[in-house]
Amino acid sequence: MPGDTLSAVLRRAALVGGAVAAVLLAGPVRAESTAPASTPALAPALAADPELEADAMELSHKLRCLVCQNQSIAESNAPLAVDLRNQVREQLAAGKSKDDVVDYLVERYGDFVLYEPPFKAVTVLLWLGPAALLLGGAGWLAFRLRRRRDEVAAEPSLSAADRARARALLESAAGNAQSESPESRS
Amino acid sequence: MKAKFLVPLLLFFGLAGFLAFGLTLNPREVPSPLIDKPAPDFTLARLDEPAQTFSLKEMQGEVWLLNVWASWCVACREEHPLLVRMAEQKIVPVVGLNYKEVRGDGAINARGMAIEAETDMAIERARRWLRDHGNPYLLSVLDIDGRVGIDFGVYGVPETFLIDRSGRIRYKHIGPITPDALQNVLIPKIEELRRAG
Amino acid sequence: MIPELGHFALILALVLSLVQAIVPLVGARRNSMALMAVGRPAAQGQFFFIVFSYVCLTWAFVTSDFSVQLAASNSHSATPIMYKITGVWGNHEGSLLLWAMSLSLWTVAVTVFSRHLPDAFLARVLGVLGMVSAGFISFTLVTSNPFERLLPAVADGRDLNPLLQDPGMIIHPPLLYMGYVGFSVAFAFAIAALMSGRLDAAWARWSRPWTTVAWVFLTAGIAVGSGWAYYELGWGGWWFWDPVENASFMPWLLGTALIHSLAVTEKRGAFRSWTVLLAIGAFSLSLLGTFLVRSGVITSVHAFATDPKRGLYILALLVIVIGFSLLLYALRAPRLAGGGSFSFVSRETSLLGNNVLLTVASASVLLGTLYPLFLDALNLGKISVGPPYFEAVFVPLMTPVVVLMMFGPFLRWKDDDLVAAARKVAPAFIASALIGFAVAWAVDHVTWRTVLGLFLAAWVVLASIQLLVGRLKERAGASAGSRLRSITASWWGMWLAHLGVGVFIIGVTLVGSLDQNLDVKMKEGQRAELAGYTFLFRGAVDADGPNYDAARGIIELSRDGRVLDTLTPEKRLYRAQGMPMTEASLDIGVFRDVYVSLGEQLPDGAWIVSLYYKPFISWIWMGCVLMGLGGLCAAADRRYRRLAAREAAAGAGQRVAASA
Repeated sequence: MPGDTLSAVLRRAALVGGAVAAVLLAGPVRAESTAPASTPALAPALAADPELEADAMELSHKLRCLVCQNQSIAESNAPLAVDLRNQVREQLAAGKSKDDVVDYLVERYGDFVLYEPPFKAVTVLLWLGPAALLLGGAGWLAFRLRRRRDEVAAEPSLSAADRARARALLESAAGNAQSESPESRS
Repeated sequence: MKAKFLVPLLLFFGLAGFLAFGLTLNPREVPSPLIDKPAPDFTLARLDEPAQTFSLKEMQGEVWLLNVWASWCVACREEHPLLVRMAEQKIVPVVGLNYKEVRGDGAINARGMAIEAETDMAIERARRWLRDHGNPYLLSVLDIDGRVGIDFGVYGVPETFLIDRSGRIRYKHIGPITPDALQNVLIPKIEELRRAG
Repeated sequence: MIPELGHFALILALVLSLVQAIVPLVGARRNSMALMAVGRPAAQGQFFFIVFSYVCLTWAFVTSDFSVQLAASNSHSATPIMYKITGVWGNHEGSLLLWAMSLSLWTVAVTVFSRHLPDAFLARVLGVLGMVSAGFISFTLVTSNPFERLLPAVADGRDLNPLLQDPGMIIHPPLLYMGYVGFSVAFAFAIAALMSGRLDAAWARWSRPWTTVAWVFLTAGIAVGSGWAYYELGWGGWWFWDPVENASFMPWLLGTALIHSLAVTEKRGAFRSWTVLLAIGAFSLSLLGTFLVRSGVITSVHAFATDPKRGLYILALLVIVIGFSLLLYALRAPRLAGGGSFSFVSRETSLLGNNVLLTVASASVLLGTLYPLFLDALNLGKISVGPPYFEAVFVPLMTPVVVLMMFGPFLRWKDDDLVAAARKVAPAFIASALIGFAVAWAVDHVTWRTVLGLFLAAWVVLASIQLLVGRLKERAGASAGSRLRSITASWWGMWLAHLGVGVFIIGVTLVGSLDQNLDVKMKEGQRAELAGYTFLFRGAVDADGPNYDAARGIIELSRDGRVLDTLTPEKRLYRAQGMPMTEASLDIGVFRDVYVSLGEQLPDGAWIVSLYYKPFISWIWMGCVLMGLGGLCAAADRRYRRLAAREAAAGAGQRVAASA
């Protein structure tokens, strides 16, 4: 997100406005850089390398602080969290990949440090559980609805087709006026 | 009564069973993945002779304990008399890993302190503490910045690692060693490892 | 003396809750008016004694009576008076008392506002509520007596956890508890209905306003808690998927499903057994949440001192209450078949679909929250389940919820034509997809998450407009004012709450995609730049409070040379606990917050300052406000009062007949 500010965003959004197609050809509009008018000296960033720092913090947010239990090492100021944060930073700076750093910590502290549990035999239920629940729910829903439909079909009243025809007649009679009133048909 | 209406009840009872079992567990204890793995190697300055270093090789062929401690650690004080008694009875050699002696102490602002000054301060504090409370250790080493602690997966002090003759970590005790844990867990394990050769 | 009075009053409240739990139920069974009539005064008397007891405890805090253990551990003579009062519930024992008081308040509300209910039904409702209340009051007295004395008294207290010394914490717990506990009313109605075997449209209609109001409280409670975390934890996160947050979120999800399911049961008589199960489920999850927080089976920043006896007691309570309810359900629900028929394409189907999705979402949160415990119990190792998991699971589950949420209202009850309905919504749907892409592209952040979020938000807004316009067109010819008036409050409620979801999604998506952060080392007179804003550091001053020492940074916020605000973040050290706290300072705006927090001072005199630019973050809470307002509108619908009056009249008639 290089240097985006709200007004730049809005300016761009306005540009996009009506003529989406035309602007699409022009490619993304870059933010205008506004030169600061103030004279005071610029404070140095805490991190020598902001990009590295962003990576380190992103990774730190996914690692659990062991002492504080329900905070990530990015949020916690416990001494161990600070140490581990420094480890993450140093190792990334030394050119290791994020996976390397994660492996390093898992070797020492176990899967417990990962807020995103690895996919393996014991976590299959965790990762597939929601999908299984969803399928189960959808299956149950389909079953219920089919039974409902059978009940509807078994009713001696009008068939669905008849009703649709009746409604079409009613609607054509009422012109284009919306006959549907969402809450009032109780 | 249709069986499907019993499903929520059965699910709930299963859940309640787990919750009941969960009450007996300690959520603060995190098992170490290092068990049965070679102890991470390190070379650190000795507390008694800071010019000399100590490394794992020196304990090769022994069954021994690595005990993580610091003078600022309140629970260590609780555990210490037991360590002293163990030393008197020569149960097992214990090496002390003095962990972040200065910067781990919340009462001291060690930020910006030179490493030499910090090391001197650590030696002074640790030695005084051992003088006051007794020294049960074969020797202690100084982990000033806690780096070796991270290698061992230390997340609180005290912690104690049981290491076998081949240098593998066999057991990790988290928190102060209690007389009960010593008698019923540590000593049997030590004897077993010794028998195993 | 006063603490003992409070203790005694709590014991009396327990006795009355037992009376309330037993006598009306016996009365309902024997059809004895006299016994049933005991419920109301017992509930009101119980409320009186709990409030009295609560006031006594508050008195100990306010007067700094440190011979009371709880006050000594959670208050301090120098604590500001407001936090002495709120300190009462900033701990295990006091929060249980607050729980019991909320339950009692809801019960009294039922006795006051449900005069139209049939006597036997009201008796059963009060009986069920009395049982829950007896369970919680006895739990408080047996395992967690808040009036425990500390002898000899200590000279001064240990103070309230500084994290809780914040205006957000003044209202968050009461709101949250009112929400949590409020589901007990829907639960009691469901159980009473199961007992009497009378689960009909009337039961659903009686339950609806209660459920909706509880849901509004819970929504507000969660939103305030999230807002508190946002500015109090010092780095601008607003949701952490912490077990304690999950504990309040699960009942919310299920409560949301319940509200919609009740609507169908009332209007169409369908889904009855499902609605009952949801009513039991929502309250069960509230109880489970209380268990998770209070037993310590899952550690959390929120967990206070815990002990296994408490865990066991509350688990036993859980098993009795939930186990009994589900058993009753298993026995009675099979008789509940039937209800109005509906076809595959109908509003019923869309609501049932959303119900299933919300239930699955709730179950998934439960799975993620408890999975580490399962593994540990089976000795399969320790893992953590945190935000990355929940986010991965939640987005795919909630996306269809939002799509259905805005599609459902276009469908007719009972039966509709899919093609016709699709034709109705297609233009807005396609336009939303285009808008999603266009805006994501305009802000230069084309990730699938941003596009999806913006698409859903646009869909909610466009479909809401379309719905409103359609609704207003219905009475062609009438004046605009009369057309607006013709719309019922409950329709407005639905419309507002759904629109609130859209506003919420805008906030979540944009702050997630576009926020910026910079940590700098600032000396007096230096500036920093972030997102077009200039932060000028004017130095730090001492700003000690009554119970803390603090340094306050003075930071001038400007943009294009125009000064907007002076931000004053603080770094506090609370004396009694020696606990450091960061107090962030915010410049709040409709389209963005600028958020500054003060870190440590470095040896060279510079301060670490964290700067955050958070676009659209307030939309998250504006969305919650709209949802809450929607709930209030729906609960205030005149229909309930009108029907209540009619039923009261009918009930009076019946009573005359019965006594004749």
